[in-house]
Amino acid sequence: MSALNIKKGSSAHSAYDLKNPNAEVIESHTLTVTVDNEAGVLARVIGLFSGRGYNIESLTVAEINEESHTSRITIVTTGTPQVIEQIKAQLGRIIPVHSVHDLTVEGPYLERELALFKVTGSGDKRVEALRLADIFRANVVDSTLESFVFEMTGTSEKIDAFADLMRPLGLVETARTGVAAISRGA
Amino acid sequence: MTRQMTGAKMIIQALKDQGVDIVFGYPGGAVLPIYDEIFQQNDIRHILVRHEQAAVHAAEGYARSTGKPGVVLVTSGPGATNAVTGMTDALMDSIPLVILTGQVPTFMIGNDAFQEADTVGITRPCTKHNWLVKDTDKLAQTIHEGFHIATSGRPGPVLIDIPKDVQFADGIYVEPKKADTSRYQPQIKGDIEAITALVELMEQAERPILYTGGGVINSGPAASQLLRELADATGIPVTSTLMGLGAYPASGENWLGMLGMHGLYEANLAMHGCDLMINIGARFDDRITGRVEDFSPHSTKAHIDIDPSSVNKVIGADVPIIGDIGHVLEDMLKIWKSRGRKVNKPAIKKWWGQIEEWKGVNCLAYQQKGKIIKPQYALERLEALTAGMDRYITTEVGQHQMWAAQFLGFEEPNRLMTSGGLGTMGYGHPASLGVQLAHPDALVINISGEGSWLMNMQEMGTAVQYRLPAKQFILNNERLGMVRQWQELLHGERYSATWQEALPDFVKLAEAFGAKGIRCEDPADLDDAIIEMLNHDGPVIFDCLVEKHENCFPMIPSGAPHNEMLMGDADTQGVIGNTGAVLV
Repeated sequence: MSALNIKKGSSAHSAYDLKNPNAEVIESHTLTVTVDNEAGVLARVIGLFSGRGYNIESLTVAEINEESHTSRITIVTTGTPQVIEQIKAQLGRIIPVHSVHDLTVEGPYLERELALFKVTGSGDKRVEALRLADIFRANVVDSTLESFVFEMTGTSEKIDAFADLMRPLGLVETARTGVAAISRGA
Repeated sequence: MTRQMTGAKMIIQALKDQGVDIVFGYPGGAVLPIYDEIFQQNDIRHILVRHEQAAVHAAEGYARSTGKPGVVLVTSGPGATNAVTGMTDALMDSIPLVILTGQVPTFMIGNDAFQEADTVGITRPCTKHNWLVKDTDKLAQTIHEGFHIATSGRPGPVLIDIPKDVQFADGIYVEPKKADTSRYQPQIKGDIEAITALVELMEQAERPILYTGGGVINSGPAASQLLRELADATGIPVTSTLMGLGAYPASGENWLGMLGMHGLYEANLAMHGCDLMINIGARFDDRITGRVEDFSPHSTKAHIDIDPSSVNKVIGADVPIIGDIGHVLEDMLKIWKSRGRKVNKPAIKKWWGQIEEWKGVNCLAYQQKGKIIKPQYALERLEALTAGMDRYITTEVGQHQMWAAQFLGFEEPNRLMTSGGLGTMGYGHPASLGVQLAHPDALVINISGEGSWLMNMQEMGTAVQYRLPAKQFILNNERLGMVRQWQELLHGERYSATWQEALPDFVKLAEAFGAKGIRCEDPADLDDAIIEMLNHDGPVIFDCLVEKHENCFPMIPSGAPHNEMLMGDADTQGVIGNTGAVLV
């Protein structure tokens, strides 16, 4: 259309240029959300993720302040930067949500997960399992002649690695808490 | 002063203290104590609708036309589930509502009791916030917080679910002043640095445009005044979404008309070709943007919105400003004036020259010939015969809705009530009754299609019972016209299920309800028939038989950008590709 002879490039640095979601990398972000500990608050958060099609890699929640009835939800989610921004904005809209922090962008932070592994077996495999547990600083919290329950805390990667090692050695059951995270420093 | 009273009494007291004068509702077992209290007082008027969905739409009409929150009272179970469509509608269009639902007694919750539904669970995603109140002492606080949340920030519906035993029990009443609303305090003032950056861009812009939305109207009448001042002082053209019509007057010098899928040619091309887009309280809805990748490709975009989640959701903003439209516009004007009221006059003059050229296309042209009424003609005559009157318009959803937006002029905010985001057929009729109750002496017209109108036709009973003279102006093409249009364009003219074979006689239907019915099928009779409708002091069903296969143009087909508009039937062959076909 001749009427539209408009020079290009007037918004070269526009965030609009970032818009093609297919062209963007999928990032993993760890968010912490402080909420009023009231009925249905977790359902609101989870409903937001399912209703708008966002991913949850891990979600943990527990009350952190009995006096003010506040809970902390730690969510590990994935998406393009635009989607992550949208998730944070949508979380912020929920009335009982006090604050939303993206630890991944706000600076160095710690992530920990607790896992329990039940490993059954005998002979060399049993010895090897115990030896590896020692290397990984996993504790034996229950033991029978045919089984161990190992407890370990660490990053999700460390727990994944330990689970991979235990699998051929008789891993029969796993329980994981999901990620709890906190920023470093004051 | 604290006062002890029953939960039911507390509800009425809280509504009174919140300044509520009308409640739209429908009784049932789980709200009997509240209805008993309503019976024993005269401050709050209860309007008995004929279906709970209509109660919510009527409250939406009331809220939208007054700026005050609408209040709904329905029973548990089916009462609440019937209201879900209205709540979703209000959430999408940011309408402040307080919905009170009865619930089975607390000790029966979870037992699949008679008329039990998990109302709070069902309505969590379709309200701004909701509560189940299990303690009468918390009831007043919850209702006051509900009003606060519904009306502040981006408005929306809230729901308060009240078990029957909580209504019967005694508790301590808390006044609105003493209620704690501190946990919800949205940002009202925009960032001054960002506003200054926007003013700088505005001073230099060669082809600026103001793209306004429902947020301007929601911010209150002052925001519309400021918008007018800004547009008229700078000479920047204004276009608006469906929800924002009336914020800038249709007769205003800078008015381009509505934009979007069925928006005006000049408005869409101006959006496509602008170098500075100032989005004021709109949300880049898919009806507006068309193909996102090609949306206004060469412009710097500023986005003013009170809801942070609206910004960068669809279209990235170069200058995001979070705040209330009224406050941001006030600051914007102040800064612009203090910097010497600069605009790039020669460039804007040239820009207007370009826009005038686009206007010359006359995109709304149609031909009224022969003995069949064109729907556009009917609306043009209605506009001519009601212009200057104290007029409120509601619409249903479909072709008639788009024609109403194209052919009726809105001079003031809060004058058009329509289901924009959710597109709810059946919205307009009950909404028109809510508007009429709020403005008893005004002319209220619901522009409708016969399909939409039948979805909530039972409300004719409400109109007659309360002597609400709202006019039901039905553009009857005996087709579900918008769906039919899409079938013509997309599905090889296979008109699947878009013909209602057994329509009622609308004149007889009106008479059966005790209202007046008028039928018009000849263009020569149209003016007289409309005047007859306007002169009748009571509800009217106006059955306007119109051209059956008229399509609504201009149209941006799904998956196309703003500069690829269809202007008429000749343009329509094979225009929507496979990728467009999957879009709605």
